Amino acid sequence: MFYREAGDFKTSYTDDNQTFPIKFDRYRYYVVLAVAFGVIPFLINDYWANAFLLPFLIYSIAAIGLNILTGYCGQVSLGTGGFMAVGAYACYKLMTAFPEVNIFFHVIAAGGITAIVCTAFGLPSLRIKGFYLAVATLAAQFFLVWLFNKVSWFYNYSASGQINAPERTVFGVPVTGANTDAWATYLFCLVFLAISAIIARNLTRGMQGRKWMAIRDMDIAAEIIGVNPLKAKLSAFAVSGFFIGISGALFFAVYLGAAEAGDSFGIQKSFLVLFMIIIGGLGSIFGSFAGAAFLVLLPVALKLVGVDMFGWPTDIVAHIQLIIVGALIIIFLIAEPHGIAQLWRVAKEKLRLWPFPH
Amino acid sequence: MLDSTVSYVTEDGRTIGGVVMEMKNITLRFGGVVAIKDISFDIREGEIRAIIGPNGAGKSSMLNVISGFYVPQDGEVLFHGKPRPQMKPYEVAQQGIARTFQNIALFEGMTVLDNVMTGRLNKMNSGLLAQAIWRGKAEQEEIENREKAEKIIDFLEIQHIRKTPVARLPYGLKKRVELARALVSEPSILLLDEPMAGMNVEEKEDMSRFILDVNDEFGTTIALIEHDMGVVMDLSDRIVVMDYGKKIGDGTPSDIRNNQAVIDAYLGVAHD
Amino acid sequence: MPEQLVFAMEVFLNGLMAGVLYALVALGFVLIFKASGIFNYAQGVMALFSAMTLVGIMKGQVPFAHVINAIFGTDVHYFGWTVPALLAIILTVAVMVLFAWAVQKYIFRHLVGQEPIILFMATIGLAYFLEGVGDLMWNSEIKKLDVGLPQGINEAIDSYTFNIFDYGFFIDNLDIVATVIAALLVGGLVIFSQYSKEGRAMRAVADDHQAALSVGVSLNFIWIMVWSVAGFVALVAGIMWGTKSGVQFSLSLIALKALPVLMLGGFTSIPGAIVGGLIIGVGEKLFEFAIGPMVGGATENWFAYVLALIFLVFRPQGLFGEKIIERV
Repeated sequence: MFYREAGDFKTSYTDDNQTFPIKFDRYRYYVVLAVAFGVIPFLINDYWANAFLLPFLIYSIAAIGLNILTGYCGQVSLGTGGFMAVGAYACYKLMTAFPEVNIFFHVIAAGGITAIVCTAFGLPSLRIKGFYLAVATLAAQFFLVWLFNKVSWFYNYSASGQINAPERTVFGVPVTGANTDAWATYLFCLVFLAISAIIARNLTRGMQGRKWMAIRDMDIAAEIIGVNPLKAKLSAFAVSGFFIGISGALFFAVYLGAAEAGDSFGIQKSFLVLFMIIIGGLGSIFGSFAGAAFLVLLPVALKLVGVDMFGWPTDIVAHIQLIIVGALIIIFLIAEPHGIAQLWRVAKEKLRLWPFPH
Repeated sequence: MLDSTVSYVTEDGRTIGGVVMEMKNITLRFGGVVAIKDISFDIREGEIRAIIGPNGAGKSSMLNVISGFYVPQDGEVLFHGKPRPQMKPYEVAQQGIARTFQNIALFEGMTVLDNVMTGRLNKMNSGLLAQAIWRGKAEQEEIENREKAEKIIDFLEIQHIRKTPVARLPYGLKKRVELARALVSEPSILLLDEPMAGMNVEEKEDMSRFILDVNDEFGTTIALIEHDMGVVMDLSDRIVVMDYGKKIGDGTPSDIRNNQAVIDAYLGVAHD
Repeated sequence: MPEQLVFAMEVFLNGLMAGVLYALVALGFVLIFKASGIFNYAQGVMALFSAMTLVGIMKGQVPFAHVINAIFGTDVHYFGWTVPALLAIILTVAVMVLFAWAVQKYIFRHLVGQEPIILFMATIGLAYFLEGVGDLMWNSEIKKLDVGLPQGINEAIDSYTFNIFDYGFFIDNLDIVATVIAALLVGGLVIFSQYSKEGRAMRAVADDHQAALSVGVSLNFIWIMVWSVAGFVALVAGIMWGTKSGVQFSLSLIALKALPVLMLGGFTSIPGAIVGGLIIGVGEKLFEFAIGPMVGGATENWFAYVLALIFLVFRPQGLFGEKIIERV
């Protein structure tokens, strides 16, 4: 009744191409933006920022990045943790070497550096496909973590081997370091997420997105109709690296404050982001958000229920978390291999017809 | 024998030009198997050239040689009179050669419209940055190419399914979408690999009409592999017949119809 | 003989032994991949779980003791009996067969015909699930595993090499036993796969689920069989590694190490898993020995992967894998 398209005709290709062709969706999107930018900063507190909002924003950026590489272009990567580390350490080196420059630019530059590194590690994709590529990206994961642990230049020769984010401000408000306010860190990350999402949406709706999807669906046919596989695959790695690098930089500088390559950016990170896009939906920007929200909220919810409500010891709850995450992944794969995004699409289809069944 | 450098006009008013592509002594081997043995023939501009023969004769391989996917061990491919240097398949596409595939090679994760639009990729060259910003150059280009794609969609009568994911379409419609994708790149040469395979009579009539319209309206040179002899005899200007990797016939439909070697190897009884 | 060369020889031999252990884990992967096209990430956790179960049974641990105590406020941990090694092994194998049946019924029967990446993801989910269950059942402390396998330096080799090189090689008895067992396992599996009816059915299933179904192969049976055998191989690997370094979480990470082994040897070749394992084992140890000191050590963290990566660039199907032919 409310989700109606009747009378909503598109008279130009521009209109047909827009992100939210249905009016209801568009208005809902504006409301979400208004709440995100205008309401939450006033209501947010440290606990919610750290437990949910900051990781959700940051992982969403990483998920968008990995989704472009794996979901749109079909190149499976298990190196996300390592690439986030590149972003983090690049940001750290830039922050400490150029303290006068605003951190906003350091984060973007970290993204750029990660794009280059990711592209380099993407070169084997020209010869290696599918599983083999996934396993090859493990080389990137393990090598990068080892590199950041061993070569002390990366952590400025500190004795602890850790990198610590010095305090930096944007328009006079601290966004890194110990004196930050929740709303400031939240807005800082939100801005990056908004920019990333818009860029990702633009790239995937145009010819670049089609080239990536063509490579994913049938790379030989794609090449025969004119897609240059080298350029297509490497551009996917580059764009993906850019987003993942930004995510890693924010994860270290704004969220964690201090990091150590093995602990913060190990193989578990790579799996986590991969689960996010699988559960959320491969090849879907919305899916990246959904998956990130799901996997960030789940342990928080489980802890609330298990420890706070039932009073179980934390290690049992940790074990149960593993069981539930594992089971959920399997259930999702069986019931809806295309993820939450597909469930959402099906729900919308039903909504468009409601109250009619078909 | 018509002089292959002189244009002529057919009975139904189409203009056939000079030779646009020539295969000279092509030999293609896969390990120990010789797929194509010393075959030579030419294709004239604006004509419809059929390649026929029993299964396993090497027809698809021949098409793959023409499209640059396979590189022959011997012989050369001349394009507009000049030997074509060895190129990557995607470079061949840029030369204006488009094709369809025997087993349908559509991109199943995308809609019909997206699939057709991929055919325009060589005409669109906004860079990564422009596309990331979208407003302005990239959007402009997208709209312009969308208009061209819609013309072909109109031509092939697939407007009603343009937003349908290709995976959901029946076989006949998939083949039409593939043809659209090939056409939308405004090719000078169109290669069709068994475009009628698996179709019923009605669908074949539609597809034949489309092929003739393409040739008529756009002047596209067409080379096609096909098994339906009725279609072949009706559509083609000239025919090449292959058997076991060798050429056993080359001429107009009436020549081929009465060619004893072809009858023995393939046609069976003299076709009326 | 120059000292470095003698050391290098010892490293080489130890590398071979390590390689055999890698190969054991890789074998489990190859089996399941051959039969179902599934890359079973959970193989490592299966090794861990089976080892934990073995220790738990042998020591008479109460399963899920921790949880029971938390819910009911009790304080039980052990039944009070111990079970001899051989019986415990048989019981653990039974548990693994039960596991194979459950995995088949609840997971993979519902995923027939899905793309490889989906299947792979499912096995990662399975790995997490099994790890959680294992921890809940037997708790996650490091346990010592002793099934009576000989351990410690092999005296005979030590004195023999001392006589020749003036330096006694340290070759662990356990590694020798592992090599023998691995050789037997491989031999048995190759014979089974090539020459038995079930083996052929297994290979048919690996090629094409639907086609195998249509000629009357029972997918269920083959899969349960294959997962059981893989479970058994996992148990053997778990015993070897567990005896060496104790039964603990890091055992499951061995699975990750098996991946470069498979990349080298090809995902579908049983002998390939062995050769790949040996190459990785030796390569890792020699590289660390030669180059490690120059770059700060711990190169074993990544060398195997980089080696496999370089190898794959030149030969995408691995040493023994089937050549990937793509037709249009």
